[in-house]
Amino acid sequence: MPLWPGRMAGLLLLLFLLGPLAAVAWRAGGGGWPGPADMEALRFTVVQAVLSALLSVVLAVPLARALARRRFPGRGALITLLGAPFILPVIVAVLGLLAVFGRGGIVNDTLAFLDLPRVQIYGLHGVVLAHVFFNLPLATRMILQGWQAIPAERFRLAASLGMTPGTVLRVLERPMLREVLPGATLIVFALCLSSFAVALTLGGGPRATTLELAIYQAFHFDFDLGRAAVLAVMQMGLVMAAAALALRAGGVTGFGAGLDRVHRRWEAEIPLLRAQDAALIFLGALFLLTPLAAIGWRGVAGLSEMPAQVWRAAGVSLGVALTATALCLVMALSLAAIALRHGWVEGVGLLGLAISPLVIGTGLFLLVNPWIDPARLALGVTAVVNAVMALPFAMRVILPRLREVEATHGRLATSLGMVGIARLRWLILPRLRTVLGFAAGLTAALAMGDLGVIALFADADNATLPLQILRLMGAYQMQAAAGAGLLLLVLSLSLFWLFDRGGRHHAAV
Amino acid sequence: MLRFDDVRIVQGDFTLRADMAVDAGARVAVIGPSGSGKSTLLNALAGFLPLAGGRIGWHGTDISLAAPALRPVAMLFQDNNLFPHLTVAQNVGLGLRPDLRLNSTERAQVDAALESVGLAGMGARRPGQLSGGQQGRAALARVLVQKKPMILLDEPFAALGPALKAEMLDLVSRVLDETGATLLMVSHDPGDARRICPQTIVVDAGRAEAPVDTITLLDNPPPGLRAYLGG
Amino acid sequence: MHHLMLASTLIATATMASAQDRPVLTVYTYDSFVSGWGPGPQIEQAFEAECGCDLQFVGAGDGAALLSRLRLEGARTKADIVLGLDTNLMTAARDTGLFDPHGITAAFDMPVEWDDDTFLPFDWGYFAFVANADFDAPGDFRALGQSDTSIVIQDPRSSTPGLGLVMWVKSAYGDQAAEIWEGLSDNIVTVTPGWSEAYGLFLEGEADMVLSYTTSPAYHLIAEDDSGKKAVPMSEGHYMQVEVAAKLAGTDQAELADQFLEFMLTDAFQGVIPTTNWMYPAKTPADGLPDGFDTLITPETALLLDADKAAALRDQAIAEWQAALAR
Repeated sequence: MPLWPGRMAGLLLLLFLLGPLAAVAWRAGGGGWPGPADMEALRFTVVQAVLSALLSVVLAVPLARALARRRFPGRGALITLLGAPFILPVIVAVLGLLAVFGRGGIVNDTLAFLDLPRVQIYGLHGVVLAHVFFNLPLATRMILQGWQAIPAERFRLAASLGMTPGTVLRVLERPMLREVLPGATLIVFALCLSSFAVALTLGGGPRATTLELAIYQAFHFDFDLGRAAVLAVMQMGLVMAAAALALRAGGVTGFGAGLDRVHRRWEAEIPLLRAQDAALIFLGALFLLTPLAAIGWRGVAGLSEMPAQVWRAAGVSLGVALTATALCLVMALSLAAIALRHGWVEGVGLLGLAISPLVIGTGLFLLVNPWIDPARLALGVTAVVNAVMALPFAMRVILPRLREVEATHGRLATSLGMVGIARLRWLILPRLRTVLGFAAGLTAALAMGDLGVIALFADADNATLPLQILRLMGAYQMQAAAGAGLLLLVLSLSLFWLFDRGGRHHAAV
Repeated sequence: MLRFDDVRIVQGDFTLRADMAVDAGARVAVIGPSGSGKSTLLNALAGFLPLAGGRIGWHGTDISLAAPALRPVAMLFQDNNLFPHLTVAQNVGLGLRPDLRLNSTERAQVDAALESVGLAGMGARRPGQLSGGQQGRAALARVLVQKKPMILLDEPFAALGPALKAEMLDLVSRVLDETGATLLMVSHDPGDARRICPQTIVVDAGRAEAPVDTITLLDNPPPGLRAYLGG
Repeated sequence: MHHLMLASTLIATATMASAQDRPVLTVYTYDSFVSGWGPGPQIEQAFEAECGCDLQFVGAGDGAALLSRLRLEGARTKADIVLGLDTNLMTAARDTGLFDPHGITAAFDMPVEWDDDTFLPFDWGYFAFVANADFDAPGDFRALGQSDTSIVIQDPRSSTPGLGLVMWVKSAYGDQAAEIWEGLSDNIVTVTPGWSEAYGLFLEGEADMVLSYTTSPAYHLIAEDDSGKKAVPMSEGHYMQVEVAAKLAGTDQAELADQFLEFMLTDAFQGVIPTTNWMYPAKTPADGLPDGFDTLITPETALLLDADKAAALRDQAIAEWQAALAR
């Protein structure tokens, strides 16, 4: 594949990520110094992100292992649904969690019924619980991918050698985990770093102040742009440091499509292990799906109360999501073509994880405002920002497969003179169809639920669905907001499902 | 005439040297111990490995720096010689136009090539629906339409049974009769060389020697080759 | 997609065509003011009927975000009017030097005197804890601190009501504010980034009371026909929020801007406020407040720090809040 689209995409990405930051710093006339409260926020941010990442990954290992070695009806649907928490707007998800773990939630009602003391969700453990809810499915997918990357023949060999589950773990599974876990931990860590509303809402008070809140405060409360810029750089530095660590420890794995293949696992065909896996899958599904069910249940009543603006916002969100998806796929493919030769380029793709939406939003606003009314660019900017933020995921999905395709068919294609469009059309796109479908589904769903920068740019007419949900709540209309939340959940999941299926439909052998 | 002028190919701490010539239209087997650099030689000729020194010339033109597709060679690899997502006809058509925009003459050429390798009427199938032998034939049909003056075979039939492999080699030799192309064929099996290659290049100890007569060589192999041939 | 884009282009062209022959008055305000169920649409219609102009609302987050947007834009701003700052933001807003005096003298129906020459109030309300009607609520902050009543509040660093509460405690207790917060710290279930999250948590049953406004029960009563919520009277008095508008010095529509500020205090504007913004109008309309507002509590003491004092005390008050709650 030609490299110039990738160079363009890379340059665009760097400009898009660093330009706004520079604009904020320039407008401030230099950096500002973070105070002791900011350092405390830094500490809390790191603590909660580390805990959340470790716990998500530790819990994801047995769940992924159970999913990797069991075939059961509804497995595909379960794996698709597991993607749902990740794409929900925070406030919708938090209310769903509270319906289960809150004061009047199912857990406490059950405890009360059993005459046991109630549990309190608010505090560091609540923040971690919510982050695990959001990220456990993601970690599970990444690790499951690792399991399926172990060739079926190895398990056959293990069976013929009479290996026990313990030996299989040591010989086959542990080396894979050592490679996969650092990357999975990094991604979850980076995602938790920029947490703002979850941390504050469930954190129980100002102890739970994160860097992102400190950035918000610097912008809107103290109007200290210099400090905001410095805090944003600190946040970016954290992600980059973590990325460097993870890449050294094993690299960042993919978490791609095709998770419906199940290798036969002779060594695990023991009733006890079967029961253990069934229990794990049941518990995992219960933890992740009950809050979703609560969102559905709360939302159904509100569907009839949704004002017309909600449907319009849904249309706007769909447009934004589809644009972001197209953009993200083009950038991911172009960058992946370069990353085949220069591995570090992948790190550029990861920058999207590290950036604060608030800083990007404000910086772009500063850049755009002298020339054009920002409201006119609101949807375009939202689409681009979402494409950039989904890029790390799309890259992780696409790059490993592209590498494999080039390794298998690259020389033949080159010897036949298949370059540029011809190579893209007749080799890359058809061979990457399943992963492209999955990456598109993920991007579209993420963009549907994102509330990042739109709030700064939007006016009354171009609100997206997540923003409209917030506005409904701001006007006491909690029922209608719950209905809109359900609509959002259904739309996001449908987009994900359609793209994912579309990629696999008629997929070539 | 194909000339290797003081060619040096470096891969890590392995270096392969070649300084020799192959006549146009010759049919040459490339044999040597495992890891001696047989595939390396072909890959450098096809343009997949850069030269660390020297030059490769074809009829007096230096092709050392030409892109793989622009070199006068058609190559079949050990595996993955067909794209599994394309039909057999598309796979063959790629030999004519890499963007697959075939006109009616070119489509007729594809059909004729398929017919001549015994795959008439199978153009619409995918490789996955063909047997191993049929897949080999399809790949050869593409080599046929490519009309390149040199054909490089890097053990594409190694996985086939003896009878099927013999059949493929006979087909190769028919293709050569039809096109008059030069053949360089990597092989582990001296029988393959005897069957269709009057000449043989021995690759051993970091050197690709000039081609010699196959029968003479195999009947009276030098010590290094003798150990490899096991007898 | 194509249809959608075509449609939006058509709409945009149509708006531009109709806007071309009329002068445009741009009003920056907070987000919920312009939403379909806020006061924006009705006010736009009423003002455009009499001004022969095109009134354009631009929503920008909440009051604090509104001010920071204005500061980002500086003198180049397109805004002619800013509507939706409150007393806590007034000093910072005034210090930007971006505003002109309004030149209007009016009598307001507010529990406090108002004579600011730059910022003109358009509505106001009392902060209050809202609880279920049958809840036996404590009557002052000390009692609240000693009780096991659970409350949800908002973060003063990211939310207007959150800051209101901090100023409430500070204005009522002065130097003892820290002590009050220490008493309250075990009552606070959690602190949310904004009003919506807190109110949502309260409605989900996560706490006995939520920090909101005395007017909140009116929403449930009027819009939902539900009399099950009440505001809890506090004997210290209730801190007020006064929402204000002001004219930008750099406006190129000075006359229209003046006309809008005059209009803001007429019944056509003020009458819309109670049941869309759920606040008290700054000037009660001729036909009074809507039914249901008479059931609301009216605090005996109205607390409000003047803008400069509020600005001076803000950082200290928040530090006390933070120190007490961080323990």
